[in-house]
Amino acid sequence: MLCEGVSMEYQFHWNIVFNKMPQLLNGAFVTLHVSVLAMLIGIAIAVLLAIGKMSDSKAISFIPTVWVEIARNTPALFQIYMAYFGLGAFGIHLSPYVAVLSALIFVNAGYLTETFRGGFQAIPKTQYSASKSLGMSSVQVYRYIILPQMFRRIYHPLTNQFVWSILMSSLGILVGMNELSGETQRLQSLSFRTLEFFIVAAIMYYVITKFVLLSTSLVSKRIFKGDI
Amino acid sequence: MIQIQDVHKSFGDLEVLKGVDLDVDKGEVVSIIGGSGSGKSTLLYCINAIEDIQQGRIVVDEIDVHAKATNQNKLRQKLGMVFQQWNSFPHLTVLENTSLAPQIVLKKSKKEAIELAKYELNHVGLGDKFDVYPTRMSGGQQQRLAIARALAMRPDYMLFDEVTSALDPELVGEVLDTLRMLRDDGMTMICVTHEIGFAREVSDKVAFFHQGIIEEMGPPEHVISNPQKETTQKFLSKVLH
Repeated sequence: MLCEGVSMEYQFHWNIVFNKMPQLLNGAFVTLHVSVLAMLIGIAIAVLLAIGKMSDSKAISFIPTVWVEIARNTPALFQIYMAYFGLGAFGIHLSPYVAVLSALIFVNAGYLTETFRGGFQAIPKTQYSASKSLGMSSVQVYRYIILPQMFRRIYHPLTNQFVWSILMSSLGILVGMNELSGETQRLQSLSFRTLEFFIVAAIMYYVITKFVLLSTSLVSKRIFKGDI
Repeated sequence: MIQIQDVHKSFGDLEVLKGVDLDVDKGEVVSIIGGSGSGKSTLLYCINAIEDIQQGRIVVDEIDVHAKATNQNKLRQKLGMVFQQWNSFPHLTVLENTSLAPQIVLKKSKKEAIELAKYELNHVGLGDKFDVYPTRMSGGQQQRLAIARALAMRPDYMLFDEVTSALDPELVGEVLDTLRMLRDDGMTMICVTHEIGFAREVSDKVAFFHQGIIEEMGPPEHVISNPQKETTQKFLSKVLH
């Protein structure tokens, strides 16, 4: 019997994990870093895509439509592979960080385009004419009346997307990125303490997302006053 | 003065205004009455350049409203407008609702804009609501807020588009009282209204709209109390029961 004499009881060894804490924390920082960037750039692109998608001109709404279709209906895994290996085949060599960042931006922008579009359309048109009747320019109407109302309507979907973005960055493991999952994978393969490393990594993901949800909720209490 | 000359306005194939002529002098109160779809509200939107026109012209203090060279944002500073739906800005307090446009449009200092807003809010009886969010107020209060918000821009003319139509009956009085007060202040006003009694009481001139034209116009004692046209008589007998 091959298994003879092999104990089925797993012995946890936590020391090695604690010794590698600096690397894990660094991985967690990279995770947060890439997600925040992917979120901020994703939001900026999504606003433009949403405005484009609402355009009456087919030529203008074409690109946003295709973007949204691909981003929402293909796996994030595929998008990361395309950015890393796909572009590589055409001689465009992105670092793992840039490849994962680009893929996350792509998918965030795709999802958020629909969120923004819904947000814009939820604001009554009469808010626009009332603002115009006070002599405001179109830019002022958007800056002071439409966007503030839209942002509070879409704030919760936005934080959901942020959390999703943090968790999805774990796919960085596939292209050897040094974010939390990639770091965990590398460290466990050196020590074979697989379970310990992944348990600690899972706890760190939990702490990061809880931290993000708590801080966004605190921020929302500060910036959003009044009711919609 | 506002001069409306042979104005035609269509939405697609539907011609809503079919040649409207109307002069409104400084200090005058003009009420526009008529059935639904007769074009009365559309005319207000055209005066304010929210809608364009296909023919004719509207001149406000020598400025052609729809001319290409006209700065319509600037023009709208002269023309306060209050809508059937009060359109409060729900993310701003009553005071912020009222002081925003003077700050960003008229470029007044924050302090000055707030003074102005407080004055107008006191004027319409909302002096105790500065820090309240409008969604917490009744329709009548929100409509008075909309009036104060427009007045804070110090307009020369006020356009009222059926401002009591969406209100509960018991709230109509407070809004009409505010309009009476404005008339006593000497404000030039065009009121599209279904309140025939109010129109008779406050107007210098009443215009009866029917199918896109002014069917009958004159002082209220003629148009409302003693209408000559059959369409006017029919309309009034319907709304006055």
